[in-house]
Amino acid sequence: GVNPDLASERQTASFSVEKLTAWLDGGAEQTRLRRAVVEAIERDPVFSRENQYFQSQNERYEAAVRKAVHLQKKMHEMGWSQEGPESKYIYRAVSGDIAFLLHRIFMRSISVLGSDEQIAKWIPPASQYQLIGSYAQTELGHGTYLQGLETTAVFDVTTQEFILNTPKISAMKWWPGDMGRSATHTVVFAQLYVHGKCYGIHPFIVQIRSLQDHSLCPGIIAGDIGPKMNFEHVDNGYLMLQNVRVPRENMLNKFCEVQPDGTYVRRGSQKINYFTMTSVRISLISTEAVTPLMKAGTIAIRYSAVRRQSKLKPGEQEAKILDYQTQQEKLLPQLAAAYAFHFIDNYLQELFDRGYREIQRKNFDMLPELHALSSGFKATVTQYCTSGVEICLRACGGHGYSLLSGLPSLYTKIIASCIYEGENTILLLQTARFLVKSFMAASTGQSVPPSVAYLAAAKPRKCPARNKLDFLSPDIYTEAYQHMAVRLISSTAAKLQDLIQSGVKKHDAWNQCTVQLAQAAKAHCHYLTVKNFAETVAKIESKAGIQKIMKHLCDLFALHGIFSNAGVFLHDGYVSGAQMDMVTASYLDLLAIIRRDAVPLVDAFDFTDKSLNSALGCYDGQVYQRLYEWARKSPTNKQISPAYEKYLKPLLHNRLSKL
Amino acid sequence: KRRTMMNADLRRERAAATFQPEFLTHILDGGAERTRRRKEIEALVLNDPDFQHEDLNFLSRSQRYEQAIRKSSLMVMKLREYGIADPEEIYWFKSFVHRGRPEPLDLHLGMFLPTLLTQATPEQQDRFFMPAWNLEIIGTYAQTEMGHGTHLRGLETTATYDPATQEFILNSPTVTSIKWWPGGLGKTSNHAIVLAQLYTQGQCKGLHAFIVPIRQLGTHEPLPGITVGDIGPKFGYDEMDNGYLKMDNFRIPRENMLMKYAQVEPDGTYVKPLSDKLTYGTMVFIRSLIVGDSARSLSRACTIAIRYSAVRHQSELKPGEPEPQILDYQTQQYKLFPLLATAYAFHFVGAYIKDTYRRISGDINEGDLSELPELHALTAGLKAFTSWTANAGIEECRMACGGHGYSRCSGIPDIYVTFTPSCTYEGENTVMMLQTARFLVKSYTQVSSGQRVTGMVSYLNDLSRQRIQPQHVAARTVTVRINDPVSLVEAYKARAARLVEAAAKNLQAELNHRKSKEDAWNRTSVDLVRASEAHCHYVIVKLFTAKLSEISNAAVRAVLTELCLLYALYGISKNTGDFLQAGILTDAQITQVNQRMKELLAIIRRNAVALVDSFDFHDVHLGSVLGRYDGNVYENMFEWAKKSPLNKTEVHESFRKHLKPMQAKL
Repeated sequence: GVNPDLASERQTASFSVEKLTAWLDGGAEQTRLRRAVVEAIERDPVFSRENQYFQSQNERYEAAVRKAVHLQKKMHEMGWSQEGPESKYIYRAVSGDIAFLLHRIFMRSISVLGSDEQIAKWIPPASQYQLIGSYAQTELGHGTYLQGLETTAVFDVTTQEFILNTPKISAMKWWPGDMGRSATHTVVFAQLYVHGKCYGIHPFIVQIRSLQDHSLCPGIIAGDIGPKMNFEHVDNGYLMLQNVRVPRENMLNKFCEVQPDGTYVRRGSQKINYFTMTSVRISLISTEAVTPLMKAGTIAIRYSAVRRQSKLKPGEQEAKILDYQTQQEKLLPQLAAAYAFHFIDNYLQELFDRGYREIQRKNFDMLPELHALSSGFKATVTQYCTSGVEICLRACGGHGYSLLSGLPSLYTKIIASCIYEGENTILLLQTARFLVKSFMAASTGQSVPPSVAYLAAAKPRKCPARNKLDFLSPDIYTEAYQHMAVRLISSTAAKLQDLIQSGVKKHDAWNQCTVQLAQAAKAHCHYLTVKNFAETVAKIESKAGIQKIMKHLCDLFALHGIFSNAGVFLHDGYVSGAQMDMVTASYLDLLAIIRRDAVPLVDAFDFTDKSLNSALGCYDGQVYQRLYEWARKSPTNKQISPAYEKYLKPLLHNRLSKL
Repeated sequence: KRRTMMNADLRRERAAATFQPEFLTHILDGGAERTRRRKEIEALVLNDPDFQHEDLNFLSRSQRYEQAIRKSSLMVMKLREYGIADPEEIYWFKSFVHRGRPEPLDLHLGMFLPTLLTQATPEQQDRFFMPAWNLEIIGTYAQTEMGHGTHLRGLETTATYDPATQEFILNSPTVTSIKWWPGGLGKTSNHAIVLAQLYTQGQCKGLHAFIVPIRQLGTHEPLPGITVGDIGPKFGYDEMDNGYLKMDNFRIPRENMLMKYAQVEPDGTYVKPLSDKLTYGTMVFIRSLIVGDSARSLSRACTIAIRYSAVRHQSELKPGEPEPQILDYQTQQYKLFPLLATAYAFHFVGAYIKDTYRRISGDINEGDLSELPELHALTAGLKAFTSWTANAGIEECRMACGGHGYSRCSGIPDIYVTFTPSCTYEGENTVMMLQTARFLVKSYTQVSSGQRVTGMVSYLNDLSRQRIQPQHVAARTVTVRINDPVSLVEAYKARAARLVEAAAKNLQAELNHRKSKEDAWNRTSVDLVRASEAHCHYVIVKLFTAKLSEISNAAVRAVLTELCLLYALYGISKNTGDFLQAGILTDAQITQVNQRMKELLAIIRRNAVALVDSFDFHDVHLGSVLGRYDGNVYENMFEWAKKSPLNKTEVHESFRKHLKPMQAKL
C-alpha cells in the first residue's frame, strides 16, 4: 500500500496530475506513447538497473554493451525506428545507461560532414553495426578550444593517403566515449597539412580495431582512460596514432576536399558546423539537465513528505520535514526551476526548428542568435540544474549519501554536463560577445534579433511595486529582470569601451571584463527564462487548475531569483530596500502555498519507480522497508569478505596484547 | 631512479614568488618545530613498505575495505611501537596512513574508546577498556537510526530493564528503529555502544548508552537475536563498512549500561545524572575538527586546481602569441583565488576554535561552564558555514580543472566524496545554523531587556543605543574603507547586527499574531539561518584580520593581507544585497569593491603557486595526477590510465560475449 503520508498529499492536490502530465508531454497522445515505450523497456529484465549501484566499472561497461545489443533486437521486435517518435522515450526509459551513444554521433557527423559517396559507403554498415564508431575530438591538452588541437594529418601525394600522427603526449585523443574498448572506427579531428601548409582542423575516418578479432590496428594505441566520477558504463578512451595511413577518401569532404594533386578546395558554408554544435547543446538541455533535476526533485520531495523529524508543535506527532520552512526553501525553488527550464527548452526547440527551416532555405541570419542562446542556456541551465540536484541530495540528510537513494549518481552524472559540449564559462563568454555586439548595434539604432530587442528599449526607472502583492505581478518582476539585465550588459559594454579608449589593448580589455561579462550573460538568460515562464503561464487555458499552480511556480521562480541575487536588483536603486523586504515576504508566503501541491507537482513528471531507481523516491513511499531490503542484497552482505580471515581474525585474537 | 624534471611553468611560478613558502607553512603548523615533527611522522609512514598499495581508484569496494582494515591494524601497532601519543600526532599519522580517507576503526578509536573513558564506571573500564585497547574488542557507536538522525530524542530503540534476571532487553521495535550508518558496524566490530530509550519500572527515562556484544568472539558470526550487516554502497566512504543493526529481545547484563552518570539499580530504581552540560564538550570538540577539515580539504582541492592551472595552456589571450596558462584568465582567477583565501581563513578559524576549546576545557575541569554555551553555539554555526563553503569550493576547484577534473586521477572527486558528508554528520547543517540562531536571538533579547552580552556577540550591545532611531540599526553611516581589513570587519559586524535584528523582529511579529512558539520559529527560520550565516561570516573575517598582526615576517604578512582583503571583499560582492539594503555600503562603493577585488586577483596571481605550496601536501597525500608537485601532468595521466581495470586485457571480454554475436546476426 501507499504510505499514508504520501496518500494524504495526493488527496489534496489543487489540480489534475494527469492533465498536467499530458500538458508537459505536449498532449495526451504523447503521454500514451511514452508510457508504452517505457513499459516495454522496463518489463524486459535485460534493461534492469536494480544492481547497478553494486557493480564494478567492468560490470557496468559490460551491462551497457549487453543492453545496447539487446536494444537493437527490441526495437526490431517492437517496430520502433531510430527516427521514429519513440526514440526520445527510449533514451529516457534506459536512463542513458547504455553503450554506443557515440556511435550515433559518429553516424551523424558523417551524415552532416560527409559527401554523398561517403554517406553511401559508411552509413549502411554503421547502421547494421558491422562497424562501431566513435568521435575523437578532445585531446589531453585541448578541449573546448578546437584550434589548439595538435593531432596532425599530412597528405602524401605519392600514395594518395593521409598520414595521421600524435606528435606529443598532450595531442593524444582523450575522453571520446565508446573508444576505450568498443569502437572499430572513429572520426579523428586533426590539423591538415598539405605540401607543408596547415589548413586547420578537419575530420578523418580512421579504423582503430580489427573487424575480425577486435585487436588494435597497426600504429594504434588505444584504451580506457580509467575511472571517473560517473559514466562507468562508458569506455571513454585514449588514442595515440603513429604514422597511421588512411586513403584520401577518408577525409569527410562535404565542405572541403584535398584533390589528388594536393589542391585544397573549400566549398559551401562552414557555418553549418555551428549549427551542429547548436543542435547538440539544445538537445542536451532536456535530457541531461532538466530530466535529472526533475528526478532529484521527485525523490527529495516524496522523501520529505515521508520523513518525520522533530516536533513543530509540542505533544503532536513528529512533523514531516517538508513542513519546515528551511526544507521548503531548499526544495521548492528547485521544483520551480525544473518547470521553468522545461518551458525554456520548449522555447529553444521552437526557435531551433524555425532556424533549421531557414537554413534549409539557405538563410543563415538566425545563426548568431541561435548560437548565442544555445551557448548561454546550455551553460546556465546545466549549472543551475547541477546545483539543484546537489541541493536535493543534501536535503535528504544522511540517506541522500547512500547510492540507493539514487541521488549521488544523478549528481555525479549531471555535473559532467557543465563541461562537455563546451565548458560553461567559455560558453557564457560567447553569449556575452553576442550581447555586447547587439547592445552596441541597438544603441546606434540598428536592428537586432528578437531575443535582444529589449536592449534598445532601456529606460531608467524605478520599480513601481507598492506592497508585497505587487510582486506577484509578472509585469513587475519581469521588468525588474529586464532592467537588471540591461544594466549589467550596458555597464559592462561601457567599461569595455572605456578601457579600450584609455589605450588598453582589445584582448586585455576583454580579459579584464570577463567576470562581469559572464555575469551579464547569466542575467540575460535568467531574464529570458522568467519572461518565457510568465508568457507560458499566460497562454494556458485555465482548466483543471493548472494555470493557477503554474502561476505560483512562475512567481516563486522569479522571486527566488530576486531574493538570492538581491544585490544586483538593489544596485542603482531600481528595487529599494523596503521593496526587497516585500519580495522576501511574498517569496516566503509562496513557499507555504506551493508546499500543498509539492507532491502532485513531482508526480506530474511521471517517472516510474524503475527509472528513479531510488529507495527514497518510490511512488508508494515505503522508504525504510525498501532501503533495508535493498541494502541486504548488497554484495558486501553476500560474499564472504577475505578481510576477516586475513586481517580481522589475527587482530581480534590478541596479537596486540603483547604490546 | 631517474630524477624527474620539474615542469618549466611551475619552476617559473615558484621563482617569482615574493615570499618563502616554508615560513607560511610554519605559521599554518603552529611553529617550525611542529612542521619538523609533522614531516618526521609523514616520513615514517611514507617510507614504510607496509603502507604501500595499488592505486585505490582501481580497486572494488571490498578490496578498498580490505586494504583499509589491513592498514588500520598495522597503524594501531605501529603507533604504539613508535610511542606516538599526542592526539594531533596520532591524527597526522592516521591521515598519512589512510591518505585523508575514513577507515573502519575510526569509530572504535574516535568514539568507542573515548566513550568508555568518559562514561564507564571503574568496574566497566576494567572489563572493557583493556580488551578494547588491545583490539580484542572492536567497538562502534550506534546512535543514528534509519528514521532519526540529528533529532536524538526521536530515537526508537528500546532497552527495557528486567529485574528478575537483572538484564536489559534490547529491541528494534520498528523498521525505522534499525541502527543505520554507524561506521565499522557492517563487518568490523564485535561490540557496539548502543543508544536506546531506557524503560524501567514502566517508565521511559530517555536515551542511555549500553555496551552490546554483537558478534561471537572467535567466529565473528552475529549473535542470536542480532541482525547486522553493511548498508551498501555510498557516495564515497568505500573503505568504511557503515552498518545496520537490528536487535530482537537481545539481553545484556545490567552492568553493561554505561553508569558513570545515570544508573539503574538491581531492583530497577533509576538514579538521575547530575548534569548533562558536559556532553556539549564532546560536540564542540568534534565540530571544531570539522572546521579544520573544511580548511584542509579545500586546501587540497585548491593545490590541485592552482598547480594544474599553471601547467595547462589553452586558447589565446593575445592574437599571435602562444597559448597562455589558464591561470592568466580573469575568470579562472575569480574561481580559484577567493577559494584560496577562504582556505586560509578557515585554517585560522579552525586553529582559533581549537585553542579556545583547549582554554575553556581547563575552565570546565575547574567547574566553570560559563563560556561553554557561546562556544557551543559558535562552533555549530561555524561547522555548518565552513563545511558548506568548502563543499561548494571543492566542486568549483574540480570544475576549474575542466574535463580532467572529472577523472578520478585528478583526486578531486575523492576529496569531494570524502568531505561532503560532513555537511550532514555531527549535526545537519541547517539544524546547526538554527542552533546558532537560537543563541543569537537569546542574546538579542537580553540586550533588548537592558542586559549586556559578551564575546563574539557583543556587537549587539550597540543596538540599544540606536533604539531611539526609527530606521534599521545599521542605517547610520559607517565609513567603510575598502582597503582596510579592520574597517571591513566593521562592515560585516553591521551586517550581522542588521540581520540578527531583522530575524528577531520578524520572529516577534510572528509570535504576536500566532500562538505557538514553534510555529513562529519555523516561519522565521529562513531569516534566522541568514542571520547565523552573517554572524559566522563576521567572525571569520574578524579572526582572519586579527591573525595578520601576529605575523612577524613582512613578506608573509603582505601576502596574507592581500588574501584577507580578497576574502572580505569577495564576501561583500557575493552578498551585495545585504550591504546595500542596510545602507552599509553605497552603489559606488560596491562598484569599487568589485573593481578592487579584480585588482587583487591580478596581484595574488604571482604568488598563487607558492601559496598552495605552503600548504605542504605531499604528492602521496594529495593523490592527484593534476596536482603533482613537479607538474608533469599529461605523461602521468597516460601512465595512470594504462592501469585501469578495463585495460587489463587488450580485447575486452564483452567483445566475444556481445559484440561479435551481434555483428554476426545483423
